[in-house]
Amino acid sequence: MDKRKIEENFFKLLMIFSTLTVLGSLAFILLTILWKGIPALSWEMVTQSPKGGYYIGKAGGVLNAILGSLILGIGSTLLAIVLSLPIAFYLNLYLQKKSRLALAIRFALDVLWGIPSIVYGAFGFTLMLWLKIPASLLAGMITIALLIFPIMTRGIDEVLKMISSELKEATLALGSTRWETATKVIFRQALPGIITAVLLAFGRGISDAAAVLFTAGFTDSLPHSLWKPVATLPLAVFFQLGTPFAEVQARGYAAALILTAMVLLLNILARIIGSRFSRHIIK
Amino acid sequence: MAELTLRLWKDQVSHRLMILMGLMVLFLGFFIGGGLLARALPVLQHHHWDQLLFSSQWHPTQGQFGLGAFIAGTLWVTFVAILIAVPLSVLTAMFLSEYCPSPVRLWLKPGIELLAGISPVVYGVWGMLVIVPLVRDYLMPFFSEHFPFFPFVSENYTGFSALTAGIVLAVMVSPLIISLLEEIMHSVSFGMREVALALGATKWQMVKTVVLRKVSPGMVAAIILGFSRAMGETMAVLMVAGCAMGIFPHSLFDTAYPLPALIANTYGEMMSVPLYDAAILLAALVLFILTVAFNMIAWGILLYLENREA
Repeated sequence: MDKRKIEENFFKLLMIFSTLTVLGSLAFILLTILWKGIPALSWEMVTQSPKGGYYIGKAGGVLNAILGSLILGIGSTLLAIVLSLPIAFYLNLYLQKKSRLALAIRFALDVLWGIPSIVYGAFGFTLMLWLKIPASLLAGMITIALLIFPIMTRGIDEVLKMISSELKEATLALGSTRWETATKVIFRQALPGIITAVLLAFGRGISDAAAVLFTAGFTDSLPHSLWKPVATLPLAVFFQLGTPFAEVQARGYAAALILTAMVLLLNILARIIGSRFSRHIIK
Repeated sequence: MAELTLRLWKDQVSHRLMILMGLMVLFLGFFIGGGLLARALPVLQHHHWDQLLFSSQWHPTQGQFGLGAFIAGTLWVTFVAILIAVPLSVLTAMFLSEYCPSPVRLWLKPGIELLAGISPVVYGVWGMLVIVPLVRDYLMPFFSEHFPFFPFVSENYTGFSALTAGIVLAVMVSPLIISLLEEIMHSVSFGMREVALALGATKWQMVKTVVLRKVSPGMVAAIILGFSRAMGETMAVLMVAGCAMGIFPHSLFDTAYPLPALIANTYGEMMSVPLYDAAILLAALVLFILTVAFNMIAWGILLYLENREA
């Protein structure tokens, strides 16, 4: 056989092998979590908060963490939307395509996105000391909002970039202001994409643990106040695995399964919305 | 007329607000760095910076805060992760962009992006359940028997090691590297590929001489981004790296204690010892500076490439 053909096939095999390795690890992670999590999963896990002695194997569940993660996630996502939407619209409607300021803002967002969540956690901690807020739902929300708004803004920005400039020009030519163009025309056109970006950011927000470790703290009671600590699922997993008791660890695996299911559902939902509802959009 | 003024007024007000928010984005980085620096200052005033950064003496109760071993641990674990992740990611991206039939590609890409969405803690759980036993029962005995020299010798038989953390991190960062690379490779013009094919190159020769050469700056950027992402990962590493105090790692199988794990672990105790919290925030500042520098280089390259194309 031709030497070139051998080389071709060799590298093709290597590529298929690495693709299978990467996808295989995804399947492997999901299977491991399912296999370890399902036996410990019970109705009690998702409907009760930890009772006394929960961490040495007594009764209870992780409802506190499930609700805490959802509330923290929703709150911080809303905060992040307030920052992200205007900035994304500013980049695409108010600034010129070749504007240096737009370039600088996009660059800054990309760099902010690369800052590790533990650093956001530490920064959130300094903010707490400075503003005299205790470790609480509020502090956690602010920190997570800072963590996810760069990725959310860049996501919305990419969606807005795709919208045809004729549409924008037509609306402006009819005499609308930029604000009206943004809110009444472009926003509706971009809505499915915006929802996708927001859901993906929400998923990132609830799956992160390092940023809330300092700022949101942890508690066994259900979330009830902005000024009180709040439990989160990733930390619940982490703390339960840190105990030496097999039953508690098993419930940690179940909590990990719940967390993974939530995040995967969000991701899949985000993609379905992104592709399904984009049918009515003017291309 | 009044209505028109109102409309224009709305436009102007929203414009001003947006300018403010845009500026906030530009300055947020400085704000974060400044906030961390302000809190880290006390320890910087008490100790010389090279002692803080390069000494491995970490005894908070005796007032010794050398971050050296933690910085070395960070770099060591990240290096291992990148060494594993880069070949896998480059080959996978190449397969997705060049060889894979497009219906399959439409399914594989979201699958790989799902991998990026999984919580770091879940990666940690997987690492503890799968990778730790793998390293302890198979890799470590195998390597210490057949390769008893530099990066393989260790006294740590627990399976919680730099290599374990590196493997878990490699799985965590490869989706990022793959999707960046795949996008860059896909944007190489078809004209250029066709020229190579018309000259009689095989597909692999075309990929090797045209696509790879064209994307090599982008590839560097993607690798740097993967590196900085791996450097900042906290929870997964904390769960599998072993995190024993004190020494520079000498082996793949030694435990490692990277900076993010240090920051996360000292939560709760750091307010009780003087200067301890300042030292921890200094650790966060070091991490911040490293990741920001890497990200600026990488995104700078990518933006430059994008502008050159356009």
